[in-house]
This record gives sequence, C-alpha cells and structure tokens, in this order.
Amino acid sequence: MAIELKMPALSPTMEEGTLAKWFVKEGDAVTSGDILAEIETDKATMEFEAIDEGVITKILIAAGTDEVAVGTVIAEMAAEDEETDSAADEKPAESKGSKEPAESNEPEKADEPVPADEAKPEIMEEAPAAPISRADDPSVPDGTSMVSLSVREALRDAMAEEMRKDDTVFVMGEEVAEYQGAYKVTQGLLEEFGPKRVIDTPITEHGFAGIGAGAAMGGLKPIVEFMTFNFAMQAIDQIINSAAKTNYMSGGQMRCPVVFRGPNGAASRVGAQHSQNYGPWYASVPGLIVIAPYDAADAKGLLKAAIQTPDPVVFLENELLYGRSFDVPELDDYTLPIGKARIIREGSDVTIVSYSIGVGLALEAAGSLAGEGIEAEVIDLRTLRPLDTETVLNSLAKTNRMVVAEEGWPTCSISSEIIALCMERGFDDLDAPVTRVTNEDVPLPYAANLEKAALIDSARIIEAVKKVCYR
Amino acid sequence: MLSVRQKKDPARVAKAPRKTAPAKKPASPKRAPAKPKPVVHSTGGLKAPIYKATKEEMLDFYEQMLLIRRFEEKAGQLYGLGLIGGFCHLYIGQEAVVTGLQTAINPGKDSVITGYRDHGHMLACGIDPNIVMAELTGRASGISKGKGGSMHMFSVDHGFYGGHGIVGAQVSLGTGLAFAHKYKEDGGVCLAYFGDGASNQGQVYESFNMAELWQLPVIFVIENNQYAMGTSVNRSSAEDQLYRRGESFRIPGVQVDGMDVLAVRGAVEEVLKDVRGGCGPVLMELKTYRYRGHSMSDPAKYRSRDEVQDVREKSDPIERLKAALLKKGVKEEDLKALDKKVRKTVMEAADFAEESPEPDLSELYTNVLVEQY
Repeated sequence: MAIELKMPALSPTMEEGTLAKWFVKEGDAVTSGDILAEIETDKATMEFEAIDEGVITKILIAAGTDEVAVGTVIAEMAAEDEETDSAADEKPAESKGSKEPAESNEPEKADEPVPADEAKPEIMEEAPAAPISRADDPSVPDGTSMVSLSVREALRDAMAEEMRKDDTVFVMGEEVAEYQGAYKVTQGLLEEFGPKRVIDTPITEHGFAGIGAGAAMGGLKPIVEFMTFNFAMQAIDQIINSAAKTNYMSGGQMRCPVVFRGPNGAASRVGAQHSQNYGPWYASVPGLIVIAPYDAADAKGLLKAAIQTPDPVVFLENELLYGRSFDVPELDDYTLPIGKARIIREGSDVTIVSYSIGVGLALEAAGSLAGEGIEAEVIDLRTLRPLDTETVLNSLAKTNRMVVAEEGWPTCSISSEIIALCMERGFDDLDAPVTRVTNEDVPLPYAANLEKAALIDSARIIEAVKKVCYR
Repeated sequence: MLSVRQKKDPARVAKAPRKTAPAKKPASPKRAPAKPKPVVHSTGGLKAPIYKATKEEMLDFYEQMLLIRRFEEKAGQLYGLGLIGGFCHLYIGQEAVVTGLQTAINPGKDSVITGYRDHGHMLACGIDPNIVMAELTGRASGISKGKGGSMHMFSVDHGFYGGHGIVGAQVSLGTGLAFAHKYKEDGGVCLAYFGDGASNQGQVYESFNMAELWQLPVIFVIENNQYAMGTSVNRSSAEDQLYRRGESFRIPGVQVDGMDVLAVRGAVEEVLKDVRGGCGPVLMELKTYRYRGHSMSDPAKYRSRDEVQDVREKSDPIERLKAALLKKGVKEEDLKALDKKVRKTVMEAADFAEESPEPDLSELYTNVLVEQY
C-alpha cells in the first residue's frame, strides 16, 4: 500500500507553509528518522522526517512551492517489501517511477493543484472584511502611502523603532533573542541591538517580571515579553502589586514605565491552560494601561505609544492575528493615542463593540448583515483601560442598539463593563437590551468540535444583532 | 576570615585561606574562559573583620541607631493612641543591620530596597523623620502624600525604592535595580533587604539565578530576625543557615552578627569590594532579633518573655556600642546629650505628623497614572 506523506502542521495554528527543499528524490530508500524535506512558515523552519521505512515513489509538490496547505499530500512512498505492488495498485502508469530518475517527474508534479485546506477552525477564518480605511485617523496625513505588514512584523517594527530612538528601551523574555522569539515577534532584534538589549531569560516569569519592573523603577524602559499571557499568571503579583500601584503609593514619585506584552486569548487546540483572555483581569486594575489591538497598524502605533508612556502597560496580542497582514501607514513615527477606540466600520442600525480578534468576527458579521439590510457600526475598543466610553456612548446614541462581541468568558468581562456603562449612562438611548456574545462559560476544551462550540464566531454575532434589531 | 568571593587581585587571593581551607568551586564552565574567578565557599561560623571605626564614626552610628530606636518607640506609642492605623512593623532590635550597611554605601549612586519593615531603612538613608512619621499618620505632608502608609514609602532622591508589602517581591525588584545599574554602567550597587521569612519565597531563587547568570551588582541582605511572623526559622526552613541559600546558584554567602554594627560594617566593606568589582551578587545573612511583635497585633505566644529579655540584656546593639564608646573615653553625659537630641528630633517628628492636615480629598484621584489619556 502506498503511504501518503502529508504536509505537516508545525504548530497548533499553522494552516499552510512553504515546501522549501526536498532532501530525497523519487526512488530513494528512506528509513525512519531520515530528513525528507524542509518546511518553512512565517514563524519557523522545520525539518520533516520519515516515520516509516520504504522508498519514495512520488514527489507531488516541488521544492519551493509556497502556500502548501496542511494535510496536502506532498509525496508518496511504498513500504520496502511491497514497493512494486503498492505502486501498481495506486498508479499503474508510474509503477516504475521509483526506479526512474526523479528529475523528469518533478516539474509536472509541481503544477498539480494544491488541495484546499478544509480543516481550518472557524475562528481562524478571516473576515472577508471591507478594506479597512485609516482615513479617519487624524495622525495619517492625506496621501500617505501604505505598506502591507503582518501584525507580527508591525510589532517587531514598533519595538525596533523605539529601541533605535531610546537607549533605555530593551526587550527581555523567554526565547526572545537567539531563538528569535517563540512566535518570531522579536525576529532580528538580537542581530540589530545585541545581547545587552535583547535578553533571553530563564523560564521564571515571576522573577523576570519583577526584574523588569525593578529595572523600570531604576530608570530603564523594559519590554517584558511573556511567551503567552497564560504564563504571566505566575507573575501577576509583580504586574499588579509592584508595577501598577507604585506611582500611587509613592504619591507620584516613583514611576514604573514597563510594557508587559505577549499573545493572549485562545490560540488553536491548545486546551484550557493555554487559552485564556486576560483582558478583563488587567482592565480591572487602576494604575495599569491595557491595550488589545486588532490590526497591524494599531499594533504598531499602540505598541510604540505603550513603550513611550511613563505608565505601566499590559499589551495583549493574539497569536491567531500574528500572521495576518493589514495596511500600515508608511510614516516615520507612527504612534497612536492610548485610550481611544476606533469606529472601524460605520453603520446606522446597530453597534457591535469588540476588541482584538473579536473585531475580525464583528466585521465578518457586519458584512453578512449588510446583505440583509442591517448596517452595523463596528467599534474596536483598542484600549481596554482607560476605556473610551465616549465613542461607545456616542455610537449607542446614534444606533440605539448594541451587541458586545468578546473572545473570552462572559462573567465579569469587558462585555459586562460595556453593558454596565450603557445602563448607567446610555439608558435613554437604548431601544433594546445590550447583548453580549462571548465564549462559553467553560474551560476551553481540546476536542475540535467542543472547542468550536465553545468559541465565539460570527454566526453568533449575527444572531445576537438580529435579536436586538427585532428581526 | 571573611568568606566572600575572592577578588581577582593576587594579593587578596593569597591572603584568603588562613584559618579554614574553604573548598574552591569550579568556575562555571560557560563563563570560565572570559572571567576566571576563584570562588570561595563559605563554610559557616566565619567571623567578619570588625570595622575599625573612628570615635566620630562610632558616635555617628550610635546616634543613627538611637534615632531609629526612639522613632520606632514613638511610632508604637502613636499606634496605641490610634494615630497610626493598619499594619505597623517596628524595627527595634535590628538597628545595627541597617546602620552598618547604609553607612557603607554611596547614597547618590547606590540603590536600596526592602520589605514592609522599612522605617529604619528610611531613616538610615537620611530621609527626614518628619515626613516618614507623617506618612505613618496618613497626612498630606507624608512622604507618599499619605497614600502609601507604613509599608509603602519611597524616595527616589535618596535611592530608596521602597517599602514593599508583598513578602519577597522586593528581591526581584532589587535585582531589577541592579540590572539597571549594570545596564547604565553607573557603578551603582543595589542592597536588597529581606527577612528570613521571605528567604523561602520562590521568586527569591528565580532572582538569585538571574543575578548570578548576568553578574548583577546586588547584595542580597537577609535580615534573619529569627521569626517569620510567629514561625521560627527552624520551623520554616530546611536549611536554616540562610547564608548558604545561594550555593546552588554559585552565590557566595556571609554570615554576620547583626547585633554588632561594627561587624556588619566590616563585613559589608569586604562584600562591596567584590560586588563593585564586577564579581556578581553576594548574599549576606545578618543574624539579628526583633524585640517587638511582628506587627502591633502580635499575640507573642510563639516565644517567651525570657528569650526576648535575654537578647536585650546580652546583645542589644545600642548598649553594645555604648560600652565600646565609653571604653574609648567618651563621657556618659555626652551620650546622654545625644539621646536628648534624638528624643527632641523624634518629638518634633511626632508633633509634625500629628498636626499636619490629612490629604485633600482630590488626592484620591491623583497619581493613579502619570499621563492623561
């Protein structure tokens, strides 16, 4: 029987990759552990090893092919003892393929279509969002040219620009330097700034968060990366008790200008301990700034602002957004104001308030709703603390209906906060109860179907919008 | 002989193994080629060289210790009168530790950080007793405008970085201050004070590891006053010789009689040479004793009155220095005059703290963030 070799997933969130190199050719005998190919993604380069013994009968995807979806059959091999039979069963015309020079077949195979990836989790589907305009952004002059950057690159650029400007800015965290970042966000920083300013730490979140906070008290501007915010629970005492409260407790004498950043929220199939949104946790703490951007321009402009501000900042990224690309203004020093939400899509019938990855789902929902005659306004909060209450309330006054979409638990959430705000200060503008769409109130399960059932999606937002619009 | 990491200069290395022959640890293989440094392993019971103080220096130490003692006694009284609220942790009995250490460092250059038993450290940093006492009474003129209280006081101008209420947090923060000294190449050293209780916290060891790994200029000062609240060192610590707690990180430790200000000063002089010389962190265990309860609401059931009385009579740091001063020919009445001067200072601080107004209600909302957003 032919063994199909499929494009492997190198990480829980990988959807596709580049088949960079083949180390074998058709006809080669391989044994378990042999390196067959090199696969690249935007995050990493990995070697693909053989698990079975046998002979490579076909190479179906040529070296150098981009965007090969996970699960695509990239080669076939025959188990050693039944090589001829198995090849004959599957593809009689090429049964001798294993004994022919491999080169002759390769170009043909490269032209074969790559099957579409059908196993993509719902949450990873990007909104067919209307092109996002940054025309409303006062800091972007007319005629500014745009460059397409991934969120990952935008974050890296923000750090690099601030590090070039200010010698006291440095980055520390697990695998930020030599490994180039666990999620490649700090890629290239070690090369440019050297080991004094790009510092690999041991796996000791509590300790290095405290060292970062102490260095900030001592006059530096640390960027402390947590591999994910799930691990920052080990360090939460230093974030809250040391970083957030010092300015107040010292009567304004002692500053702590530190940025704690890293991916937050659910990734994909990593289970309950690695999938949590800490936005509501940190946003409840006076003395902290909490930022959770959606697109690349906001990621860049707000991370620069976070590094510049003398206040301590918790900067919540999202792993699933790292690889997505957006337009970013090509400006020398693109810094955005902290504490300002953004109307990312204008509408008149209902307001959908969201942040981080939820914004993509809200835009997707708004796109579908437009087809049904409902024009939704979408607000990206961007900063969770201090909250831009005016933008939310003004939009409510305009549309009189609101849905809050949040990739996180419902209880004591940002959604709860927005609903309380509308009750306290927008009650007279309400034509329907404010509704929230969140993840289910359970630890995130591993099984694909259960995970899908637990996570927010655009269909649920659409349903909620129709409910508040009485449609 | 003092057991700290040996300096690189041959004279001192040659002098080192005199009484005991401490085992030399192999230097870290990773760093060995870059920085060959013999490391002396402390073996316990080592005596620090006694600092050879001049009469003037001794009088200064005496006055400083007396100021701390009288200040704390007054704070205890004000607490009893209801003028000080919340938690109030007195430093009485431990005065020699902070006096010996703080007089050795460079106030403009070095940094100091400690836990919640912080009044003595602030006075030893030269901070005005008035504004410390006014913070204890929660007044606008307090050093934190009345918003910090006994456990949360800071003075960046004096290199005093708090005043931290979470046991052990100051050790990581202090390691961060040392990181900043090294990063800025300002020649400064951080003194990170913590107690025997904090020495069991996990983040302390995380910090030890990084401090040695990155060769940070930090002195980890364990003020071992024998009790973490009501739990004695023996009941809480598998290794009760706390100066050895850095061993698995290759941080050398020194055990010092913390009831003798001259011994403390003598030890830290040696330690400072190494830490300033770029040899990385050193751990100092100062064996001391607190006469009062952990805080004002201590039931004092965990130790006997006799135990406290015994220390007071036999090892009191102030009495000990007083005896040495008298021996040096200082007159009893001169010391009495000093005591009078100190009492006056403390009385004025108490009056100031009592008479100052409470903070304006508008202060409730200030200093939450630095910037407006």
